[in-house]
Amino acid sequence: MKLTLKIWRQKGPNDKGKFVTYPLDDVNPEMSMLECLDVLNESLIERDEEPVAFEHDCREGICGSCGFMINGVAQGPQPATTVCQLTMRHFKDGESLTIEPWRAAAFPMLKDLVVDRRAFDRIIEAGGYVSVSTGNAPDGNTIPVGKEIADRAMDAASCIGCGACVAACPNASAALFTGAKISHLGILPQGKPEQDRRALGMVAQMNTEPFGSCTNIGECTGVCPKQIPLEVIAHMNRDYWQASCREREDLVQTIAPVIGWSNGAKAKS
Amino acid sequence: MTLDARIPSGPIEQAWDKTRFDMKLVNPSNKRKHTILVVGSGLAGASASASLGELGYNVSCFCFQDSPRRAHSIAAQGGINAAKNYQNDGDSIFRLFYDTVKGGDFRAREANVYRLAQNSVNIIDQCVAQGVPFAREYGGALSNRSFGGAQVSRTFYARGQTGQQLLLGAYQALERQIHAGNVTMFPRTEMLDLIVVDGQARGIVTRNLITGELDVHFGDAVLLTTGGYSNVYYLSTNAKGSNATAIWRAHRRGALFANPCFTQIHPTCIPVSGDYQSKLTLMSESLRNDGRIWVPMQKGDKRPPSQIPEDERDYYLERRYPSFGNLVPRDVASRNAKAVCDEGRGVGETGLGVYLDFSNAINRLGEHTIRERYGNLFDMYQRITDENPYKVPMRIYPAIHYTMGGLWVDYNLESTIPGLFVAGEANFSDHGANRLGASALMQGLSDGYFILPYTVGNYIATHKFAQVDESNSEVKSAVTGVQQGIDKLLSIKGKRTVDSFHRELGKIMWDGCGMSRTAQGLEKAIGQIRALREEFWQNVTVPGSGDDLNQSLEKAGRVADFFELGELMCIDARERNESCGGHFREEYQTAEGEAQRDDEHYSYAAAWGYGGPDGKPVLNKEPLEFHYVHPSQRSYK
Repeated sequence: MKLTLKIWRQKGPNDKGKFVTYPLDDVNPEMSMLECLDVLNESLIERDEEPVAFEHDCREGICGSCGFMINGVAQGPQPATTVCQLTMRHFKDGESLTIEPWRAAAFPMLKDLVVDRRAFDRIIEAGGYVSVSTGNAPDGNTIPVGKEIADRAMDAASCIGCGACVAACPNASAALFTGAKISHLGILPQGKPEQDRRALGMVAQMNTEPFGSCTNIGECTGVCPKQIPLEVIAHMNRDYWQASCREREDLVQTIAPVIGWSNGAKAKS
Repeated sequence: MTLDARIPSGPIEQAWDKTRFDMKLVNPSNKRKHTILVVGSGLAGASASASLGELGYNVSCFCFQDSPRRAHSIAAQGGINAAKNYQNDGDSIFRLFYDTVKGGDFRAREANVYRLAQNSVNIIDQCVAQGVPFAREYGGALSNRSFGGAQVSRTFYARGQTGQQLLLGAYQALERQIHAGNVTMFPRTEMLDLIVVDGQARGIVTRNLITGELDVHFGDAVLLTTGGYSNVYYLSTNAKGSNATAIWRAHRRGALFANPCFTQIHPTCIPVSGDYQSKLTLMSESLRNDGRIWVPMQKGDKRPPSQIPEDERDYYLERRYPSFGNLVPRDVASRNAKAVCDEGRGVGETGLGVYLDFSNAINRLGEHTIRERYGNLFDMYQRITDENPYKVPMRIYPAIHYTMGGLWVDYNLESTIPGLFVAGEANFSDHGANRLGASALMQGLSDGYFILPYTVGNYIATHKFAQVDESNSEVKSAVTGVQQGIDKLLSIKGKRTVDSFHRELGKIMWDGCGMSRTAQGLEKAIGQIRALREEFWQNVTVPGSGDDLNQSLEKAGRVADFFELGELMCIDARERNESCGGHFREEYQTAEGEAQRDDEHYSYAAAWGYGGPDGKPVLNKEPLEFHYVHPSQRSYK
């Protein structure tokens, strides 16, 4: 089938960037979206042009590396599917696809379709863990966890950290991502001792990054490739509110966002 | 080179405890004075970084992806084994040890495997404490399931995402140490060389994948936890970025590479659908518990499966192996699938596929039961192929999945370069010639949480570290070498893309060093690889520059290393004149077509020394002795 791809090209963070149109004549419907880009890139390299830079790794919808907007929808038109698993048979012959990176102030642009998602790692750094060091864990069956609790925690734990939720949200809020981790750990008994600290720390970090605020729109859960439920945001809000009543928010320290990549020291040869 | 595996003496049940008690410790207030470099942030790397950070060491962790959570450990589906015996069905540390040594076809080091089984119980405890959401029974206890034909139910799982959840546990522990200031994380940073000073591993040369800058990082120990090398075959179940560069550059600096030809082919993957195919998707081995594998009796039979009557179907595994049927081990299932497709009886458009049919199970158990057991796997299959496996049989074909070979390490996980430790899939030690299902996750965490923190500490406590900095000649020459390599790749400006070379290399490897190998085929493959490698260095084209994000340049460097590693794999396969586990030499098989080991002549680990880009690698042998699990012929009839 024939498709027209309009892809965002940007040489670097300081380049203005623009859409470039690429007609594709021989797209096999069995291909994935990323394989389609691979084929495009091979032809660009053969014509001495720079290929389109895009993130990807596992190509099975679990690592969270890949992701971009296709015709305005984060991760493309199929529910519960990342772009690496999206097959071209979902598009019609002759269709035009507009492909652009995640647009969010909190995800600074790097090149073409590649953005900087270190804000997500900083949110986890701010409390997305259970503070237990290696070697002093009791037997796994010591703390019973009922099946329904375990299943709900697993639902929230399925988040792959791709950022589609932020990209789809008109406010570019990270509430679904942050809520997912707060829920996963807060639901389990292992996470209870730090439930307050975790909520305060992670929400404070989320607010330090230039994400927008959540106004309960729900686009996030609609595009989420793991279908994280909206309830995780309610859970986060509740944990945060309770924690604010019990703990002093002014004692929370946040981590300053980092934009640059060069760490200064250049190796001399 | 004499290889000293440093296996402790005495009864195997006490070997690890004894070793730990004999180890030297580093004073708590001295730990922060020592820097440890960890390359790779998967299960082994993240757990090691977190654990060493918790102890107070100054750790730097590196990964080439944008975040440590992207490591390919994340994709493992099935589960993690541990000898807890929660199901009261006769499991024990000894039984897990026994199953693993036998599963490895008697080519692993007993002491390492026993310790792995021992640590397995602690791994589950640690993961539960971190909040890993393992499946639970209604009463609150951890659930188990059976896996890979084992006779006990010892696999712990988190839906179909066990790898992701275990990795997130380790990643979260890592982030906690980053927050505490004990670990500095360097994402989007690739290691391109190892720095060895006075015979000790003292640092690495890295490239920043955003700015292109080369940096040097110094440490008192270097840990390589960079995963396996299945991508030599181009099409594999690995992530696209998975590569062997870190271990290959260490190999060039003197770390021996053991058993490179021991590769594992997984029998149930979604078949290739076209030339553009970029990787192969794994379908969990658990499907073989309920699916029946078949192909048409007739060659070239292209009828839809529903139109092929029962008596014209060949359920070939049930026919050849009456007692194990569809549950024969991975290597046996894979070889049989290839054989029937080579005969022209394969299914699907490309003829490279066999049916995994659930219609009998659905009739017998009802669709709802099958959906409950395999729902997410059936969804994934449908998403990719647009076929409904509840209505038509699944099409599957074997794919390269895991590499048992890797850098040689002793009992302390130290390579032949002092101070260079290797853990997880990147090392060779625990799985012999064939890895059992649900054991890779176990090994990565055993190494990272429960072994390296002791053995690295012991190394630091027993060695002196001279001052090393940019003025050392070894450092300067390493950086120069890396820069020259990059400049060379960018300057060739030939006519073929990196991917086209990679695909061709993959095909040579699959045909010549794949499921079934012959001395003649291996010789031919070596010749083809050498010719292709020469063409690569004359004719590859790498667009762009080295000063910014350049994915083609990254790929080019990795493929350049795959050429050399691929050749070593073929040399190793040709040298090992026997069949064992995943290494099948057609000249050495039983009358029934099964692998025939030669324990008298080949009971050793083949540890190769680098012979230079055009030289001959040097073979060193580590003899393997089996005192607890007596070698026997594997039979599944």
